[in-house]
Amino acid sequence: MLRRPAASPSRRFAPQDEGGWASRSTRHGGRGLAIYAVLYLAFLYVPVLLLPLFSFNDSAFIAFPLSGFTTKWYAAMAADEDMRAALGNTLKVGAAASLISTILGLLTAKVLARGIPGGAFFAGFASLPLFIPDIVLGIALLMLVTSLDIPLSLQSVIVGHVAICLPFAVAVLLSRFEGFDVALEEASRDLGETGWMTFWRVTFPLVLPGIVASLLLTFIVSFDDFLIAFFLCGTDTTLPVYIWGELRFPYKLPNVLALGSTILIASSALIALAEWVRRQGVSGQPRDPGIGI
Amino acid sequence: MNEDFLRIENLSKRFGATLAVDGVTLDIGRGEFFSLLGPSGCGKTTLLRMIGGFTLPDTGTIALDGQDVTTLPPNKRATNMVFQSYAIFPHLNVRDNIAYGLRSERLSAAERERRVAQALAMIKLESYGERRAHQLSGGERQRVALARALVKRPKVLLLDEPLGALDKRLREAMQIELRQIQREVGISFIFVTHDQEEALSMSDRIAVMENGRVLQVADPKTLYEQPNSRGVADFVGTVNFFPGKIIAVTGDSVAVETALGRMTLRRRTNLAAGARVTIVIRPENLILSHEAAAVSGRIAAVSYLGDRRQFQVSINGATVIVAAPNSAAFGIGEPVHLGWVPDAVMLFPE
Repeated sequence: MLRRPAASPSRRFAPQDEGGWASRSTRHGGRGLAIYAVLYLAFLYVPVLLLPLFSFNDSAFIAFPLSGFTTKWYAAMAADEDMRAALGNTLKVGAAASLISTILGLLTAKVLARGIPGGAFFAGFASLPLFIPDIVLGIALLMLVTSLDIPLSLQSVIVGHVAICLPFAVAVLLSRFEGFDVALEEASRDLGETGWMTFWRVTFPLVLPGIVASLLLTFIVSFDDFLIAFFLCGTDTTLPVYIWGELRFPYKLPNVLALGSTILIASSALIALAEWVRRQGVSGQPRDPGIGI
Repeated sequence: MNEDFLRIENLSKRFGATLAVDGVTLDIGRGEFFSLLGPSGCGKTTLLRMIGGFTLPDTGTIALDGQDVTTLPPNKRATNMVFQSYAIFPHLNVRDNIAYGLRSERLSAAERERRVAQALAMIKLESYGERRAHQLSGGERQRVALARALVKRPKVLLLDEPLGALDKRLREAMQIELRQIQREVGISFIFVTHDQEEALSMSDRIAVMENGRVLQVADPKTLYEQPNSRGVADFVGTVNFFPGKIIAVTGDSVAVETALGRMTLRRRTNLAAGARVTIVIRPENLILSHEAAAVSGRIAAVSYLGDRRQFQVSINGATVIVAAPNSAAFGIGEPVHLGWVPDAVMLFPE
């Protein structure tokens, strides 16, 4: 059997032939793919990178050629009291909206993942605000708030932001709760813990990466929002509303660029942190629980 | 055996249109290895979950060591469970998994350490304390789940098909180990399985369940040799069924007409002549030979099973399964004669 002559040449040929064809095609595909990838990334990031570039440019006009390096726009930005107040407002609103929507989202996702009658209908309905244009939601909320005689303030912005953040929070947390083995919670109860302690010792640590992801995502949704804040903020402007107001004054544009660059760096750092937390979480995830239930 | 240790009375549970558990009454003794055996969907897992407190019964009571625990939540009962999926906490290492249930016992740190070390030694995983669930094999997870439950020193340990996910070799090794551990700790084990061989080899007593009801509770030998119904005989071990009809009943003997000819069995029955019955004979109680006997047939198929051979014999169009030692060398198509061990023939009303 081993010495059968026909077996060895065919064995020697086949993989070589296939290998040659495969590697050639990979080289071709590889070059095309690399070009595509570079263009893709350039399209995404070159406009964004213009922001830090011009923020260090020693000229009030946004135009090439660059005229020299300066950090004065950053100094001017740091000295701008109104801008600092707007940033403070945005951080407050973002923190409150992300915390509230994540807590509400956590409770909702926990119930939906358990599977209740009408759960699928509710889940669909709860995510519908994702598809309502913010301008519609903004006007609707403004009508509601004014008809109830609630003064426009950061509080009303927070309420509006919770409304737009909640579908994101539910979506992120629901994906974390699906595939969560209910037997883990049962095991905790069985080992003597109450429902509350089971939540703290088992459920919470296991969905923590989802909670962190939800906090970050909803914070960014809130931070990013212009329309709803514009309708609901009254005199307490958030950062996007403030920037929009500043754009009327051309000489203030470089300050906005400096601000934009700072936000870019801060949010990149935040996303890197979120990714790191998520990876920490992954190593503690159930891989193969033996029998799937 | 303490008769009142775990007493289950008239327990029922309905899920929608299905009666998952239908009026089950059982007494399980202290230190007993008790199996719930039945096909999937027979209600054995629901019964186990009611004993553990995960499912509330619709009717009936569960009393453990004199205390009514029917409606107590799982964290308030002296029972612990080894889950089918093992449910090892993925965010904790082996040591913290085992120590998980000790927090609520309010032990000193030293005592907790001692109990965990003891549990790790019991499952022979002393050096695995720092490992996470995903670094463990199926068998190791199963042991950790066992240690995590036993470290609580429950009065009853509940095991929900714990060996189902393991391969055959590991399964057999774990059967022996589980039984050894059970003897050492002296805790009652209630073991749910659909594998009749597993139940027979491990248990002190077995309850055979079907459609939410308990068909028979007995020790393995009785269950195998004297099943109380056709259903139990069919589920526990391999059997041959022959329809028959009682011809005469005289004192302690019954004459039955079957496809194997007329059989006279020495036993009492309350059936009268003319009643239709089913004769049940296990493959190892049928005997093949070349010598002339009442029944003759032909070998239709032979399977070599290593420790024995199994023959399929055609008799008047019906196929009968016969187990024989390897020395029985009959070829396919060979004419044979069939005999049986009279005392091993079972008779059930149709």
